[in-house]
Amino acid sequence: MLKLNPKLSQKISYSVLLFATILAIIPVSVIVFIIIKNGASAITWEFLTAMPKDGMRGGGIFPAIIGTLSIVLCAIAVTLPIGVCAAIYLNEYAKDNLLTRIIKLAIVNLAGVPSVVYGLFGLGIFVMFLKLGVSIIAGALTLSIMELPVIITTARGALNSVPYSFREASLSLGVSRWQTIRHVVLPNALPGILTGAILSIARISGETAPIMFTAAAFYVPHLPKSAFDQVMALPYHLYIISTQIPNMPKNIIFGTALVLLMMVLSMSLFAIIARIYFRKRRKW
Amino acid sequence: MATKIEIKKFNLWYTDFHALKDISINIEEKRITAMIGPSGCGKSTLLRSINRINDTIEGVRVSGEINIGGTNIYDDKTDVDFLRRNVGMVFQRPNPFPISIYENVAFGLKVNRIASKKGVIDETVEESLKSVLLWDDIKNKLKKSALELTLEQQQRLCIARVIAVKPEIILLDEPCSSLDPVATQRIEELMMQLKEKYTIVIVTHNMHQAARVSHDTAFMLLGKLIEFDVTEKIFTNPAQKETHDYVSGRFG
Repeated sequence: MLKLNPKLSQKISYSVLLFATILAIIPVSVIVFIIIKNGASAITWEFLTAMPKDGMRGGGIFPAIIGTLSIVLCAIAVTLPIGVCAAIYLNEYAKDNLLTRIIKLAIVNLAGVPSVVYGLFGLGIFVMFLKLGVSIIAGALTLSIMELPVIITTARGALNSVPYSFREASLSLGVSRWQTIRHVVLPNALPGILTGAILSIARISGETAPIMFTAAAFYVPHLPKSAFDQVMALPYHLYIISTQIPNMPKNIIFGTALVLLMMVLSMSLFAIIARIYFRKRRKW
Repeated sequence: MATKIEIKKFNLWYTDFHALKDISINIEEKRITAMIGPSGCGKSTLLRSINRINDTIEGVRVSGEINIGGTNIYDDKTDVDFLRRNVGMVFQRPNPFPISIYENVAFGLKVNRIASKKGVIDETVEESLKSVLLWDDIKNKLKKSALELTLEQQQRLCIARVIAVKPEIILLDEPCSSLDPVATQRIEELMMQLKEKYTIVIVTHNMHQAARVSHDTAFMLLGKLIEFDVTEKIFTNPAQKETHDYVSGRFG
């Protein structure tokens, strides 16, 4: 075998590792660059706040923005409490037995199901069986099931990062197990749980397949009035205008993509800033 | 002298590992009792059995009795939370909560709903901090984070936090092992004062510390109690050969 001088091999491996890391930045920057370059001209106040017109070739995308926000907020409102409760159970109470192991296995598998399968599942269960129809609530429930394993996993991580010594200190003062969770563990895990939730919102905002059959409409001429209405949604709208409508102005397609991208990125950025802020305040 | 803690034929298993074997000790009231022995001898396990904090570890089983105030704490009817309020514990590494100094001391009072009036809580916080000789140093920064204190101050704060819920017994699990010698000496002085009001049990792997502060000493080895006697006897004229070998520094 070829024996390199250690200094040289150190330099080579450093360069390879650095190059691989830089490779990760390139696609992101190119995507952002292309979308901004082609879509920035479409972004106007009207584009963000008006209804579409001329068969969606003009006007704005306001109903799609509102639709996405309502589906996603409903989804997180359902999935966050359930996910956090499940995470508390698994992290603080569950004994290591067969049931726990089955639950954990189920969560891992739930995370691995392709999103289009969730879409079909939502269509079968929520839209048809529970007769919720194609609606915000059906789409939100579908997304919340899809996001449940992620919420459980991040919440467990956050709970787990609270030092065990805090629990012991609290228990040894005669504070009950639940009160310890409530007054010591949860407050210290909350920043982690919330940043995880924001990242989840960002992630599901862009999902198309799960809402395609359960919530999203091709075109709705008015804003939703209740959770049982069909809505337009940004990712689905983007899919429609880029594949189904002839003579679609390019800048509107890219403008829509830009709005979706900015929504997702700004939420992620917010989560990252929040995380940095909370990390700075914690010193253990 | 009255017996405060009566440990009778106490056994403990971690799943299959027999960690404590037939331990019987009578711990006297308002004295300092030290438990010494090499690492892994079971001294911490025994200490952690006295407030049942071991219950939180999966796979722990016990047999035998630990009687405090005439009742067996391992009885099914025991209110474990109440027991732990009565038998406070201070740990190896100072573990204040990442909240203000004041809130740390008030924590047990508030969460256990022992007191709710601000005046009462204020008073207890002051009293508790005074009894660990911390009040004068920090009375002007009660709202500051407890994590800003020195390690020694943090450990004093942890003791104050225990005192605030008014226990009768305080368990100390190697309370000085993360402190420097000067801080160690000052915590030892504090222990001497606290024994006037509390029954103190301390686990230490520092033999000199046991010799300096305790009245009685238990020497343990491989899960068994080898010898239990007044400290002076253990260190000058022990009855068992193992004890002699350990205190004279032949192993451990």
